[in-house]
Amino acid sequence: MLSISNLHAAVEGKEILKGLTLDVPAGEVHAIMGPNGAGKSTLSYVLTGRQGYEITGGGTTLDGEDLLALEPNERAARGVFLSFQYPLEIPGVPALTFIRTALNAQKKARGEPEITAPAFLKLAREKAALLKIDFDMLKRALNVGFSGGEKKRMEIFQMAMLSPRFLILDETDSGLDIDALRIVSEGVNALRSPDRAMLVITHYQRLLDYIKPDRVHVLAGGRIVASGGPELALELERDGYDRYARAA
Amino acid sequence: MAAVKQTVEHVASLEKYKHGFVSDIEQDFAPKGLNADIVRFISAKKDEPQWMLDWRLDAFERWLAMDEPDWAKVNFPRIDYQDSYYYAAPKEKVGPKSLDEVDPDILEVYKKLGIPLREQEVLAGVEGAPRYAVDAVFDSVSVVTTFKKELAQVGVIFCSMSEAIREHPELVKQYLGSVVPVSDNYFACLNAAVFSDGSFVYVPPGVRCPMELSTYFRINAENSGQFERTLIIADKGSYVSYLEGCTAPMRDENQLHAAVVELVTMDDAEIKYSTVQNWYPGDPETGKGGIYNFVTKRADCRGDRSKVSWTQVETGSSITWKYPSCILRGEGSSGEFYSIAITNGRQQADTGTKMIHLGANTRSRIISKGISAGKSSNTYRGLVSAHPKAKGARNFTQCDSLLIGKHCAAHTVPYIEARNGQSKFEHEATTTRLSEDQLFYAMQRGLSQEEAVQLLVNGFVKDVLQELPMEFAVEAQKLVAISLEGSVG
Repeated sequence: MLSISNLHAAVEGKEILKGLTLDVPAGEVHAIMGPNGAGKSTLSYVLTGRQGYEITGGGTTLDGEDLLALEPNERAARGVFLSFQYPLEIPGVPALTFIRTALNAQKKARGEPEITAPAFLKLAREKAALLKIDFDMLKRALNVGFSGGEKKRMEIFQMAMLSPRFLILDETDSGLDIDALRIVSEGVNALRSPDRAMLVITHYQRLLDYIKPDRVHVLAGGRIVASGGPELALELERDGYDRYARAA
Repeated sequence: MAAVKQTVEHVASLEKYKHGFVSDIEQDFAPKGLNADIVRFISAKKDEPQWMLDWRLDAFERWLAMDEPDWAKVNFPRIDYQDSYYYAAPKEKVGPKSLDEVDPDILEVYKKLGIPLREQEVLAGVEGAPRYAVDAVFDSVSVVTTFKKELAQVGVIFCSMSEAIREHPELVKQYLGSVVPVSDNYFACLNAAVFSDGSFVYVPPGVRCPMELSTYFRINAENSGQFERTLIIADKGSYVSYLEGCTAPMRDENQLHAAVVELVTMDDAEIKYSTVQNWYPGDPETGKGGIYNFVTKRADCRGDRSKVSWTQVETGSSITWKYPSCILRGEGSSGEFYSIAITNGRQQADTGTKMIHLGANTRSRIISKGISAGKSSNTYRGLVSAHPKAKGARNFTQCDSLLIGKHCAAHTVPYIEARNGQSKFEHEATTTRLSEDQLFYAMQRGLSQEEAVQLLVNGFVKDVLQELPMEFAVEAQKLVAISLEGSVG
């Protein structure tokens, strides 16, 4: 699925990723953990093609295709989805309008027919129920006046609606209380499937109690410095990142 | 959401300014230049009565003594008023005629612009779809007005101004110049002297006009100005919704459009006036050409509880100088102003409104959305005033500016004068830049950059778009998209 090899990336001339290598096969969930400033968010932006992130070496492929050569919307059409750490507010654009426009743009790019209005609404009602989102909220301008928790839930709702193949969750647990965390995690887990893969970026082990990873990686100093099974997350929770930060 | 999709497809299939074509139509011109003889020429061409000619000549005398205003935040070289044609009309005889007599080339122009001039074409649409009557003004004259008979059955007069002067002189004499006095300002005064045509509407007491009325203005001739004059009177307890649309060919020289629109509402009457202005904006790189849109629009809410609502979508013209205003004279009368002004390339807009509260308990509401892109400049200028008798006057103003790119400018110039202690005015203003974070967010979800800009801009202008009649809201949304094409990147 996703293959990152020896990736170097810089922001405003400062190198943040310094030779990152990582493979996430289809059907697996990988967690990326690491101290502040390790390059976790940079990784998510580089993978999704945000402006201002310069690739200075290495490469990344999605199903063998050069991902980094594509525009952000082309990556989205190929199924790359980022659940933002800080979702943006879109004044005047109802959430449903935004999502339907996005879904149809993706479908058009893939040469698929657009979704009809009734089919879209049916899908939206179904996913909203799953994530315990009040349907009326979807008629309001996207994220405007939403609480931090509501915004995160809206990210997962968008993810469920767009049905991506490669999911990146950037600090999805921040700002969520324990009930919201459970609902969001259930939404994410519902998307686990043999043809999908996920990259879960988190600072704390807590989220991984709900979204069980197949592999855990430690990102420090712009590189993966350790990899292991779920037990690695528990170890980090207990001992902290100090050891790895020094190693980097 | 369907509209957004449509917008996107529409944009992809269009050139920058799709109305830029010129039509080769045989025309009558007045000799170039401006003097009292030209004024007489225009009046004679239209078979006008002596009182009308006298009115024009008086205006011309006053205009000679006036100076061009220079307070607006716009820059342009001095206009040579002698270097223009003040009358251009398709070569045909004056007077009312059936559609079959109209030059087929002109009909072709309107067909190209998508304006239905054949009543059966409008009727042939989807059942239950709103119908609208059209007055088509081509350069200096009205070429056809549709649905006149049906409107006459309920007593609504909808015709060209020239016809109104001939057929309804008592109404014209009573109301013409009663809202915008002859010497109100330089451009209005010029218009009074040389105005050629425009629309006239009278809605009798208690009548709700059964369809939307609209006028479609087209400048075609080279080196000519368009000076139309519109007068709408809504008598007691009546209602009318009116829309004007404007386009012009792409030309290298600037053309002057100095219109005057007067609205009068009696007790409990309401006029909803919408404008979709898409004059040629000039070359986006050099700024060459384009229309100077210097327009005076004013409503007089004479009657108690009367109401006027101005909605404008201003996307064209190289320079826009325009302040649709309401004089809230009647007790409890109300005025609204909803505006979307978009400037791109080298366009300059100085636009806004005036809400003059004269009567007690009058209310006004202003929602202005300015979008600046390219190297353009966009100014909101608005006056809200309450006179000593306007106790209990209320105004709410919201002015939002959106900047796209780094070389454009937005200005907000509000004037507020309260001359009694019992008025309540609220003013809110925001200026935001279309953020790269928002663009990236939308693109991450699958939208291309252009689609993302359109979606965000549509969200920004939504409050105003929803004030337009449904049919035109879709058009306006497309227009917004086209105007901002290529504004990012």
